[in-house]
Formats: sequence, C-alpha cells, structure tokens
Amino acid sequence: MSETNPRYTPAQKFFLYFLLIFLSIIVLFPLYQAVITSLGTEADVSNYPPKLLTTAFRFENFADANNMAPILRYLFNSIVQSSTVMISHLVMASLAAYAFAFIDFKYKNFFFLIFLSTQMVPWEATIIPNYMTIVNDLKLKDNYLGLTLPYLATAFGTFLVRQFFMSIPKDLHDAAMIDGCGRLRFLITIAVPLARPALGTLAVYSFLTTYNQYLWPLLVTNNKDMRTVQIGLALLQDQERFLWNVVLAGVVMILVPTILLFIIGNRQLIRGLTAGAVKG
Amino acid sequence: MTITPSDPSTPLVISAQQLRNQRARAIGNFFVAMLFLAPSLVIFISFVFVPLLKTIQISLYLTDPIGRMVAFAGVDNYERIFSDKDLWNSLKVSLNFALYVVPSTIVLSLFLATVANARLRGISVFRVIFSSTIAVSSATASLIFLFLFHPAIGIFNYVLDLAHLPRVNWLTDASTALISVSMVTIWLNIGFNTVIFLAAMQGISQELYESATIDGANFWKSFRHITVPLISPTIFFLIVVSTLNALQTFTQISVMTRGGPIDSTNVMVYLIYRAFYFNGQYGLAAAMSVVLFVIMLVFTVLQFGVFERRVHYS
Repeated sequence: MSETNPRYTPAQKFFLYFLLIFLSIIVLFPLYQAVITSLGTEADVSNYPPKLLTTAFRFENFADANNMAPILRYLFNSIVQSSTVMISHLVMASLAAYAFAFIDFKYKNFFFLIFLSTQMVPWEATIIPNYMTIVNDLKLKDNYLGLTLPYLATAFGTFLVRQFFMSIPKDLHDAAMIDGCGRLRFLITIAVPLARPALGTLAVYSFLTTYNQYLWPLLVTNNKDMRTVQIGLALLQDQERFLWNVVLAGVVMILVPTILLFIIGNRQLIRGLTAGAVKG
Repeated sequence: MTITPSDPSTPLVISAQQLRNQRARAIGNFFVAMLFLAPSLVIFISFVFVPLLKTIQISLYLTDPIGRMVAFAGVDNYERIFSDKDLWNSLKVSLNFALYVVPSTIVLSLFLATVANARLRGISVFRVIFSSTIAVSSATASLIFLFLFHPAIGIFNYVLDLAHLPRVNWLTDASTALISVSMVTIWLNIGFNTVIFLAAMQGISQELYESATIDGANFWKSFRHITVPLISPTIFFLIVVSTLNALQTFTQISVMTRGGPIDSTNVMVYLIYRAFYFNGQYGLAAAMSVVLFVIMLVFTVLQFGVFERRVHYS
C-alpha cells in the first residue's frame, strides 16, 4: 500500500498538512515551553510576557536543578525500580504464559479467570492494606523491594505473551518434549526467542508505567535518597527559592529517558497499547 | 448399531492401567502448571485478592492510628462518612471531573485520529507527535502546566491578554481550579486515546470509503455513516476506561492543588489518601475506598447497559 493517495486534490493536501502542523504545535506546546524555559535565565522566566523563544542557552540550569535536589540519584532509583519490575514482568509473564499456552491442566479456565480479574480491581481498593503490609509488617519503607514487590506480576503481560505462544505449533512443543527437551529448556531456547516482539512490547510498557508511577513511591519512600524521579521532582516546588527555569530543567532531565524510550520503542509500545483495546 | 473406532490404535475399552496413567499425567500436568503460575499467583494473592478483602474488613472495624483493627464497628464507618459533607463534596468533585474530562478527551482524540488517518507522505511523523503524551508522566505534566497556569507569567493569561479578555486565576480560584486540572488531564489522555482510535480506524477497509465516494458521499457523510459505526466498540471501550481513570485521578491533584482551594478539587482518592496517610483514619478511608469501588462498578455496568446496545460489533 502506498503512503500517498492520488485522490486528494492539491488544495485538500494543503489544508490537511496545515491542520496537521497546527494540531502538532498545540499538542507539543507544553513540552516546547518546558524546554525553552529550562534553557532561560532567571530574568527570562520571571518577566512578562512569557518568552516563546529563547536567546539564552543556560545549561547551568541542569546542574542547578541537580544541586537543588539530587535528581541524578532519583534517576538512579527510578531506573533500579523500573528495571526490576520490567525484568520480573518478562520472567513471570513468560512462565505463566507457557502454562496457559502449552500445558493441558485441570481448572485452567478458572486460573485464567483469576489472572483476568486482577485487572478489574482498582488500585484504591487495595492500597491501604498493601501500604500496611509493606511499611508496618515487612518494614520495607525506603527500600527497593518495598517499591516494587506489589507490582512484580502482570496479567496484561501474561495475556500478551500467551497470545504469541499460541501461534507456535503445538507439534513443535510435543516433539521437543519427546526429544527429552525439558519444559524450561523449551521455554528458554525456543518459545522466548520466537516471542521476542511481544516481550519487547511488554518491556517498553512495563518500564514506562513503572517509571511514571506516583502514588505508591510517594507512600513508601520518605528518605531523600530513596525517592524516585516523579515525587522527587514534585517536591522541588516546596523549595523556598522557587526558580521556574531550574524546576523545568529538572522536568526536562527526567522526561528525556521516557521520550527516548517512546521514540525508540514507539512501534512496540503502540502494539502493546492496542493489543488490549481494539479487539474490544 | 455398529461402532467403528476412528483410530484403530484406540481400543474401545480403556484398561485400568491406562486410566491410572491418565490420572497420573493429569495430576502431574496440574502440578507442573502450578509451578509455572506460582510466581504470579503469589503476588496476585498477596497484593490484590487478600488486600481487596482486607479493605472490606478494615472498613467494618474501628482502627488505631497505624491501621490495626481495634473493635468490630459494623457499619459505623459508613454511617460516619455518609453523614459527613466531605464525602458528598468529593463525590460531586470526582463526578464533575469525569464529566469535564471524558467527553472532551473522546471528541478531541477522535478529531486528532481522523486527521492523522489521512494517507499522506510523512503522516507517521504526525502520528508519533499526536501520541507523544503517552510518554509524559502525570507528575511532570502537572509541573509544566503549573507554569503555564501561572497567574502573572503563564502563557494562558498571556493569551487572554492578547484577546483582551479578563485574566483568570486558574488554580487558585475555586471556580476554575477543577477545570484547570481537567485541562492537564485531557492533554495527558489525548496520546493514548488517539493511538487507540487510529488503530481502530486503520482496521476499516478502504473499499468501504471508495464505494461510498462513488455513491456521492462527502467526507462528513462517510465519517458519520462508516467510521463512527465501525469504531463504536472502541469509542465505548475508551469511554469506560477514561471514566474509570478520571474517577481515580490522584497525581495531578497532589502536585497542582492538594485538593484546594476550599476543597474544590478534593477528589475521592485524594480524600482517601489524606484520611489514612495524614489523619490515620484507616477505617474511614477503607470505607470510602469501598464506596468508590462500588461506584466504579456501577458505572461500568451502567455504561455497558446504556451504550452496548447501540454499539456495532462486526
């Protein structure tokens, strides 16, 4: 299928491109303003009218932001947290998806329903007991395990990987079993490599959603050194000397990893988002 | 009547030995499957199912300031929250918030997706731009908009000045704060909703549009009579998802308004958060969580009832 369509008249084409560019400017404007402001001087951001272009390129703002709050430390914490959840999702989803796709076992439908129903429980219905378990019982406040433990499993990821495993011929699995290939070995050497696209999607999706978490890290971290980027940054506004160029420099710093991930993993991410939705 | 075995290797009568083997294999399979499911099941049971029941249990108890259940209280907690005006205010705020956010998000993303569905050179760049807010977290978006809403130096008031309209104290005025928070939320939601709409639109056969054009249908007619009916399951799905998300919005409130001014943005989950995290009222907070859970359930069922009959499933 060709990208261009001869059915558009030149006038229609012009109108469509005009509309596309106009809408893009509106959608991107908040991000654009954040970048412009993060490069401005103190005078630039405290004067009226607001600047739509920057003449200053004050890269010290990024260093200042890191001095005002240990943003690089927050970034480290967030990357540890997000990677832990991501790796756990890949492992747990592959294991569970293998059982659902390749093993005939009793009560399979019941267990599938159990997985499905976890997606229908809203977080506010579980957050109070989870907070009490992690902070009071397990004493995991300000701890990477406390940050990640309740979120280590994924029903969505299990369905995504299972869908992919189902396209692997069952004969291939049975033949491998007869050849004495253990179930785990089949999973690791045959099924997982074949399901790489689904696992890529899950990896991008899990990392991004964990990195952007707000309420849970807010509840279970208190120590400045254990905060994640999202809350660490939101707390910047409590500073006595509130400088917008520095705060937005911090915002840009923590947005860079997700924007990069979004651009590099765009196709995977969109495949994941639409997997659960379009089939309705 | 003669019975012909379909497979000559399968005897008609299964021997006791085979039955035993079969049963042993079934038990073995079940055991192996459980091993593979165990890691996920342990997490789900410990952090989804048990806590869900525990929330209901705590809501029926008097609790101490760190959440330990002290004495059974029946429905006392529920009576207390329903006789308190805070809960009614938060219910109203949450419902208003959903009302501000959901229809606007659906209409705007439908519009963006329709434009981005044009078959033009370089269209994929615009598709990426329109979906870009997926990558932006609620906390960073809230901080950026805090700057845009700034009464003295923000862009929104600058635009009002240019249009010779009176300035607005976006987040510090009780009459506009909820609308301002809704604007951030709509912007944040547009990326996801546009992506889903686009995927649904790309699933519609191009031939349908071509034959409609031959029959003399203009763009608007094709949109109304082909696109909308065929993506109606997606519209329905997004209305349900957006409503549930709107009823659970926390981050924007926490970063931008902290429930204020004068409780005008004190949504349900923010009220719950304050009750247990700051005031140590675990029993009351749990009761409020149960109420919100039930409301969300009712909403989902209602939306299924109202919309699903009109939705076109191919």
